[in-house]
Amino acid sequence: MFKLPFLSPSRHFKKNLQLTLLALPAMLIILVFSYVPMGGIFIAFKNINYTDGIVHSPWVGFDNIKFFFTSNDAWLVIRNTLLYNIVFIGVGTFMSVVFAILLNEVLSRKWLKAYQTIFFFPYFFSWIIVAYMAYSFIGPYGVISTWLSKLGYESFDFYSETWIWPILLTLINIWKGLGYVSIIFYAGILGISQEYFEAAEIDGASKLQVIRNITVPLIMPLITIMTLLSIGKIFYSDFGLFFFVPREVGQLFPVTQVIDTYVYRMLKVSGDIGMSSAVGLFQSVMGFIVVLISNYVVRKIDDDNKLF
Amino acid sequence: MTAVPLKKRIPQLLIHLVFVLFSLACIVPLISVLSVSFSNEVDILKNGYSLWPRQFDLNAYTYVLYRPLQLLGAFKVSIIVSVVGTVCAVLFMAGIAYALSRHDYKFKNSLSFYVFFTMLFNGGLVPTYILISNYLHLKNTIWVLILPYLAVPWFILLLRSFMQKIPYHIIESCMIDGASEFRIFFQIVLPLAKPGLATVALFTMLQYWNDWWLSLLYIEEEHLVPLQYMLYRMMNNISFLTSSTNMMPASMKNVVLPSESARMAMAILAAGPMLAVFPFFQKYFVRGLTVGAVKG
Repeated sequence: MFKLPFLSPSRHFKKNLQLTLLALPAMLIILVFSYVPMGGIFIAFKNINYTDGIVHSPWVGFDNIKFFFTSNDAWLVIRNTLLYNIVFIGVGTFMSVVFAILLNEVLSRKWLKAYQTIFFFPYFFSWIIVAYMAYSFIGPYGVISTWLSKLGYESFDFYSETWIWPILLTLINIWKGLGYVSIIFYAGILGISQEYFEAAEIDGASKLQVIRNITVPLIMPLITIMTLLSIGKIFYSDFGLFFFVPREVGQLFPVTQVIDTYVYRMLKVSGDIGMSSAVGLFQSVMGFIVVLISNYVVRKIDDDNKLF
Repeated sequence: MTAVPLKKRIPQLLIHLVFVLFSLACIVPLISVLSVSFSNEVDILKNGYSLWPRQFDLNAYTYVLYRPLQLLGAFKVSIIVSVVGTVCAVLFMAGIAYALSRHDYKFKNSLSFYVFFTMLFNGGLVPTYILISNYLHLKNTIWVLILPYLAVPWFILLLRSFMQKIPYHIIESCMIDGASEFRIFFQIVLPLAKPGLATVALFTMLQYWNDWWLSLLYIEEEHLVPLQYMLYRMMNNISFLTSSTNMMPASMKNVVLPSESARMAMAILAAGPMLAVFPFFQKYFVRGLTVGAVKG
């Protein structure tokens, strides 16, 4: 439908060629760093040793995967990854939507601007900086310890208590992403036609009724997309959060080890190429399946909200 | 604003209360790190950290900046990677995004599948690691810190939605005038897509500046260590910065090694530059997110 009638076939060819050339550098980068590694997933089915090299090492079939699932680690890292992500998605989405709705209620433009700026702050820090910040609160000399001792309580060693970390990691993760995600939802609310709100006001609807019957249903497509994107990554974790913030304290691994950190440690610390690639493959395949399923489900419920 | 009726004032106050509390939560951690970096080491060891320095002290900075070669080296690596990376990445991604934004481009659909599919499936860490270190031999080169982020699918899609907003008849009339695609791209599309480019440039620069992942995997040589990775290595061991007390300034010979405060001073020095550029880009940043959020 966009065929330009005045372009001769040779001009069309030239145009397509030039557009392809413009896209070429990025295409090559994607080819090398995304598609070529996909060809390397066969490593997961080999017992890699350095004398034979990658290509000539013997095949072991599904042994690497089997070995992972018979180890105690499998259940632990899969459980941690999924549970954390479910909590992050649930609490994070809820909080972000609430913040977006509240931002929309702020009457003063000046304050609104200030909040938007400040809420973005945490997004700008790398996880290492965040780990330092956390340490300045919960470290042995941290602000919280100082306060505890001032109040006459015994000192509390955060880095050896496992029970507190699920709470801490959730808080820190929400803290870092809340400004970012809530502004996406806020933009969605701004996109709602003003007529709906005016009509509701004429009908005498209360604020809560407006929120429940207009705002939330109308940003539902956006919430669905954002949630779908997160669910698609449910087998992946924010490596920095789980690796740096707990400062690699081994004692905390039962609650801080997730698939990503496990694969990294397998590769870089233990040097177990076969196992780490098998777990990585498991992660990729599961992630892919989850995306397809969740997209399929959404398609069934409401075709407009599907991802692809 | 003074005319807000009483009925509305109480909910307003409650909303502000929530937001002010969260704003504090966003700012206080930075203040606490800042405060520790200006605190006296002996005081810290005795009384712990505080949100305001009990004894104002510059020893941490004196110590960190005394033999700044390593620190300056890390800054240099981070700056080179961020600048070169951002410029190249924005050009590369704008190129492919422009092709994708053109309805009359023959390979539009297959190319968008090519980009989009990598968001759904990937080969995993190990094949990538082996490819980069054993086959491309990029380990311990500056390239390994730049190349992998030159084409990020999410940013490409974001740029594409920006470029789709450029009225097609502008491009059409250029074509009638006989301009080549390169000319249209560099002289018409890039200037018109400036807000989008600024947004993606900021995202990309933030990604490069804050990156520790690539250096964690591929950098072992001292002279290629970027800031964030240096911070990570100092997390448990400050001695990485200056390996012996001989390296301390003469005036500090009898002072306790300011390890706690020096670490925080490093964190401040590493976070500083990004905080400095933040206000300039902030308006683009919010706008960029808004465009990205709208499905296109």
